[in-house]
Amino acid sequence: MSALLETSELVKTFGAGDTATRVLRGLNLRLSTGEMAALLGPSGSGKSTLLTILGTLMKPTSGRYQMLGHDLIAADDRELTVFRNRHIGFVFQFHNLLPDFTALENVIFPTAVREGRETATARARGRDLLVRMGLADRIDFPTANLSGGQKQRVAVARALMNSPELVLADEPTGNLDRASALQVMELIGQINRDEGTTFLISTHDEKIAAACQRQIVVADGLVTG
Amino acid sequence: MLYALKIAARYLTANLAQTALLVTGVAVGVFIFIFMSALIGGLAEFILARTVGDMAHITIEAESADPALLISPKGQVLFVAEPGRIRTATLAEAATWLPLIAAVPGVKAVSPQITGAGFLTRGAQVSQVSITGVEPGRESAILDLDGYMVEGSARLGSGLIVLGRELADDLALSLGQSVRVQSTTGSTMVLTLSGIYQTGSRGMDQARAFVSLSSARTLFAMPQGVTRIEIKLDDLNAADATALRIRALTGLDAVSWTEGAAQLMEALNAQAQTGYFLKGFALLTIVIGVASALLLSTYRRRPEIGIMRAMGAGRGFVVFVFVTQGALVGLLGGVTGAVLGYLALLPFPSREAFRPGTLPLDITQGSYGLAITLTVIGAILASILPARSAARVDPVTAIGQ
Repeated sequence: MSALLETSELVKTFGAGDTATRVLRGLNLRLSTGEMAALLGPSGSGKSTLLTILGTLMKPTSGRYQMLGHDLIAADDRELTVFRNRHIGFVFQFHNLLPDFTALENVIFPTAVREGRETATARARGRDLLVRMGLADRIDFPTANLSGGQKQRVAVARALMNSPELVLADEPTGNLDRASALQVMELIGQINRDEGTTFLISTHDEKIAAACQRQIVVADGLVTG
Repeated sequence: MLYALKIAARYLTANLAQTALLVTGVAVGVFIFIFMSALIGGLAEFILARTVGDMAHITIEAESADPALLISPKGQVLFVAEPGRIRTATLAEAATWLPLIAAVPGVKAVSPQITGAGFLTRGAQVSQVSITGVEPGRESAILDLDGYMVEGSARLGSGLIVLGRELADDLALSLGQSVRVQSTTGSTMVLTLSGIYQTGSRGMDQARAFVSLSSARTLFAMPQGVTRIEIKLDDLNAADATALRIRALTGLDAVSWTEGAAQLMEALNAQAQTGYFLKGFALLTIVIGVASALLLSTYRRRPEIGIMRAMGAGRGFVVFVFVTQGALVGLLGGVTGAVLGYLALLPFPSREAFRPGTLPLDITQGSYGLAITLTVIGAILASILPARSAARVDPVTAIGQ
């Protein structure tokens, strides 16, 4: 499989001087298109920092990061924003939906913000995604009225809205009960298989990790396995 | 940017109570702005009406005739014929100029007059008066003589005279009684009192007599021409420009009322300046109110801003959302305040009905459009700081909150 992204010698240091903390210590990682990988490691190992850098929300202190042939270290904020919108989707532990919007409005946000308006095409795709997530009867519900599992499924739909090549999921089931967690993971697996979307899932849950094709272990800021 | 507008509107409708409070604050500021505009404008109008309302806005007076000289071929002055002090110089071609002046845009009324001094005698009573001869039908063209009449009619005809209340009382004259009028040229007429006016100005009510233009011709031995042309305009503030235009058109020395009213103009300017300050403070209150409310909103919505940024919303989009919120608040508050201001001014009398003792609030000078425009601009400016603050939100930190 072709490489979707590749990092080399990624270093991330927070603070300066005596209080400086080096979270990533020259991390090398390669993800192929269509992979579904679990990111494992103890708290403080650098998993979240790595996801944040891969998601272009933060720049490393040093090192190289390329995705789809783009040098994402050299890109400026505007270029990264556009790149993120088109190629990367996010699923957060606490869903992070926009509270004053409906499920459908949340899902189509990435497309609407890119096109400057909510198009009929975007609405149709948003509805399709919510139906696939088993939320056909919750499409126009305010997100405040949804359960935790439903909110997380809306978040997955939102991450897929722009058909990104990569979806980064940070503990996507960490805040869900077992049944909801399994439901979300089944959906993620199905999308990975059907659409070839690459998933990198940070998790502490061994069952979730086992459901992924590959397990990447991060410890002390390095990929150790 | 339709989508940013939708998000801004959603944020405002998400917390209706807070938005209503914010809009009310802006509306109160606009209300004060409009009230002050109407008061300052109305006050200026009232002062002008009381001081200038009964005056001509432009006056053309005959120039004093130069002495006539007879000079010998050797250059020696053989004879000097100086016009007598009491002889009135004339605007001999007045009849030619009047239609031209009346056709100048903004001219409301033109009144050719013959003025001069004279004496009224009734029995042993003698009063010195200023006599004004006006064309019948134009008695109220400049001074609202009709409005000041307390007895009889302002209508002047041949053999009729209109006097002020105090003058009539001094001469113990009643309507229909006769009075002997002698001008400074020595001509004498007996006229019948047809009307008594009372302006409230002692100087005028005691010493000014109105006669018809034909009577004045006889009294001042002026078979043609007039001594003065008075002009009233639709807008007295246009007097300077219109006077210039009339000068250019006729070559006559048209003088605007402002030339002799520097102190009044200074006082009105000072009053207007005070108004600007008060309105400025009202605007400042609006700006501070909107800025603080939006700053609070920015802080409260930091996690959402972080999510939007993570989903691919650029900094410009975030700025636009918050600036649009400011503009919407300004527009809503501006329109609400303007409507409330207009409704609050409705019960007050119109500028034509201003009377001493009432608050001279001029509903036509509320500056409604200006108030709304300035409020929207002010609200947009006020939202720039919160918007920039929102655009600088670090998505990683914000999402983690």
